[in-house]
Amino acid sequence: MPAPIRLRELIRTIRTARTQAEEREMIQKECAAIRSSFREEDNTYRCRNVAKLLYMHMLGYPAHFGQLECLKLIASQKFTDKRIGYLGAMLLLDERQDVHLLMTNCIKNDLNHSTQYVQGLALCTLGCMGSSEMCRDLAGEVEKLLKTSNSYLRKKAALCAVHVIRKVPELMEMFLPATKNLLSEKNHGVLHTSVVLLTEMCERSPDMLSHFRKLVPQLVRILKNLIMSGYSPEHDVSGISDPFLQVRILRLLRILGKGDDDSSEAMNDILAQVATNTETSKNVGNAILYETVLTIMDIKSESGLRVLAINILGRFLLNNDKNIRYVALTSLLKTVQTDHNAVQRHRSTIVDCLKDLDVSIKRRAMELSFALVNGNNIRGMMKELLYFLDSCDPEFKADCASGIFLAAENPFESLQTFTLEAGSYVRDDSVPNLIQLITNSVEMHAYTVQRLYKALLDDISQVTEDEVLDVLEGLLVSNLSTPVTRGYSLTAIMKLSTRFSSVNRIKKVVSIYGSSIDVELQQRAVEYNALFKKYDHMRPALLERMPIMEKTATNGPAEIQTNGETDSTILDTKHPPNITQPASQANDLLDLLGGNDVVPVIQTTVPTKPASAGGELLDLLGDLSLTGGPTPTPAPSVPISQPPFLLDGLTSQPLFNDIAAGIPPMTAYNKNGLKIEFTFERSNPNPNIAVITIHATNSTEADMTEFVFQAAVPKTFQLQLLSPSSNVVPALNQGSVTQVIRVLNPQKQQLRMRIKLTYTHKGSPVQDLAEVNNFPPQSWQSLPWGCMGSSGIFLTQSRVDGMKTDDDDDDDLQRQ
Amino acid sequence: MHFLLLFSRQGKLRLQKWFLPLPERERKKIVKDMTTMVLARKPRTCNFLHWKDLKIVYKRYASLYFCCGLESQDNELLALEILHRYVELLDKYFGNVCELDIIFNFEKAYFILDEFLMGGEIQETSKLSIAKSVEASDMLQETMEEYMSKPAF
Repeated sequence: MPAPIRLRELIRTIRTARTQAEEREMIQKECAAIRSSFREEDNTYRCRNVAKLLYMHMLGYPAHFGQLECLKLIASQKFTDKRIGYLGAMLLLDERQDVHLLMTNCIKNDLNHSTQYVQGLALCTLGCMGSSEMCRDLAGEVEKLLKTSNSYLRKKAALCAVHVIRKVPELMEMFLPATKNLLSEKNHGVLHTSVVLLTEMCERSPDMLSHFRKLVPQLVRILKNLIMSGYSPEHDVSGISDPFLQVRILRLLRILGKGDDDSSEAMNDILAQVATNTETSKNVGNAILYETVLTIMDIKSESGLRVLAINILGRFLLNNDKNIRYVALTSLLKTVQTDHNAVQRHRSTIVDCLKDLDVSIKRRAMELSFALVNGNNIRGMMKELLYFLDSCDPEFKADCASGIFLAAENPFESLQTFTLEAGSYVRDDSVPNLIQLITNSVEMHAYTVQRLYKALLDDISQVTEDEVLDVLEGLLVSNLSTPVTRGYSLTAIMKLSTRFSSVNRIKKVVSIYGSSIDVELQQRAVEYNALFKKYDHMRPALLERMPIMEKTATNGPAEIQTNGETDSTILDTKHPPNITQPASQANDLLDLLGGNDVVPVIQTTVPTKPASAGGELLDLLGDLSLTGGPTPTPAPSVPISQPPFLLDGLTSQPLFNDIAAGIPPMTAYNKNGLKIEFTFERSNPNPNIAVITIHATNSTEADMTEFVFQAAVPKTFQLQLLSPSSNVVPALNQGSVTQVIRVLNPQKQQLRMRIKLTYTHKGSPVQDLAEVNNFPPQSWQSLPWGCMGSSGIFLTQSRVDGMKTDDDDDDDLQRQ
Repeated sequence: MHFLLLFSRQGKLRLQKWFLPLPERERKKIVKDMTTMVLARKPRTCNFLHWKDLKIVYKRYASLYFCCGLESQDNELLALEILHRYVELLDKYFGNVCELDIIFNFEKAYFILDEFLMGGEIQETSKLSIAKSVEASDMLQETMEEYMSKPAF
């Protein structure tokens, strides 16, 4: 058999392959040759073959058949064989294969080899991938080598010991005696690895930690020598002597000094020295300073030193190098809790970093800015942060908005500032995001509403009733308002009927809408009308002021107290509403909130709902229950309303809330031109059943035929899907397919649904799965769910075993 | 350090050193994630990334990306120095090292790395010392082969 081709030849050949297929072919051919060579037990070329195998492995091809060959190479006497053998072991073998245990004996022999480079190979392999069993067997050998005078071996043994300890922590004690005079070495390699070993031991065992505290003076001395000593060509990096060792020592000092006064005191001087003397023009100096700062902050250093540290970080912030700025921001974030005032001094620089082009830096700056917000600087900070929110990437907007909200919660003026500023700064596309955030977080409901309410407390007197009604009516007729907003306006007007004197005007408005085309409005109007007529005596009670939600640590308010009056107000005409629908809703919202001194809020009774924009904030306010009873219900979980005849059982249930207002519709799916909206109704008295109507519309140019909608729900729900209106979704939104889903939710669990859509579009079949999680909270209060195909037959529950959020569910649905 | 990877601008892996026991599948996934993430970075951004609970430090040298994954308590700025030191070692050994050198002599790149790092930690801070050890090991190798009068591989 001809000699197997050389490694470099193979590499060259493979690189000439022009396609992946060609490469695969070459590799397969070579693998076959190698395999037969292995079978022939060819000692001479085994090394070459394994080397080639390793190359192919790096390209991503399987190489497991070479594992045993690696062992044979390791057992060989030739150094070349051993070198490749150990390399192969490190690349191809790991703890999972039993094969690796066979190595143990070879390694043991090699650890005692006469050639130090062979010993080195063995130590290296053991230290990189030794399993716990191997470590247990060979720890003794390693410990022996740790005490040798050969520095080449000693440093390797030290790191090998580190690995052993990581794998088998109980063996730590064994290495203790050997560490005795490790630090008196002159060799930097040994010093460095010793420090690593000591660090590992101290991190793992408090006893070791106290034991090694006595080494602090020695460490300080070594560090001092490094700094003070002259130029040493061997260890020099840009004028600094052995920065790697310096950093490692600083890290060990950090661990030793933490929580210990004496040790910390012993280090104070050297830390100050390092901090002031280190050259900062290059990255390496800054690396040392960085570690120094971390150490200073962690130990019990004196205040002067801490200030020095923070100032270093402040200087870092001004550095041109992005890496250094990033590192500074990260460190400041860690220290801002403890040294708040010191960090405050650098606030302006931090805020400037918000404008940096680098995404990582922006994010850190944002987090830090939020941490720095306090009563004094809130105004300025808010301004900057709002500007940032305005101009930042979408990925930041969510976090930024939530941060702004959380940060602004306490000071009262900030609320006002925020809402005012929000009106003028926050751009339309970010508002839906903002609002989605709010609605997604119950906590924020409480916060936001409370803040907004508080803001309103001042300004009510300045607005006249008529103006308010004007505004609301304006909203109702405005072309830009979506039905949702109109709904809220109507409800708001209704509520004002108890507070205003001009009831007639309100009655008039309400009755006009009794014949509105919009079903929602119509329903509301009719019911409100009824309220005027038949239930007038109840009207005040029903439309009573909404209580303020108290902030609680947990979700939603625990206590509900009555609130001051809330009124809507003058539209801020500063914003020409020349934008798309959702944006305009947002605009309305903002206009209502922003501008001038009057910061109003429309009090609606509609509970919160995610997904759609604009009216969301109104939703929040609508979340509070009507009557002032001390109902500890969380804001969004407003129970579904009952028709008027249940008014008799007036409890603190926000009955009137949902009669007409109902639950706002939501978009469940919107992709590739197909949009599916869910609208909710409560048409029957059973509180556990809700009716969802899906509306599917198609905005593409071609019809979607054979449209089938399927839904699956968690086990605890039951779902019934009635027949669809048709199975063709006409193009260009010319019509819609509707289908009714009835859901039973006896356990009142959170509504989730997975939907599957199949249709034919432009001749080709399309299928899609989606999860619908954004149900308005009140829609699931007592909603039933079940799993059904559109034919109306109940599929077995076993198909949908819980709504796991990972991929296995897809399989379930696929099989339907 | 959990791992050290070298890959080209096209995402081809040139060297992979793992300091943690991970199954093959896991390794492949990490390599893929790293190459995607790092290659997507714009030119003048900082060299640090966050991935899962690791800090990723990367640096580009000519056509090769050097990428390592650090634990939270490791010093990122120093990691840049470590990467730089490795490049210097390669440069000294190969003489003006370029990607081709590493492609055709990958096993030597590993040998050099194994003299510099072990278990994710630095074992020798002196460039001279490492160069000497590698040279001596190579000499051992050559001697054997002279004996055999056959090229090793």
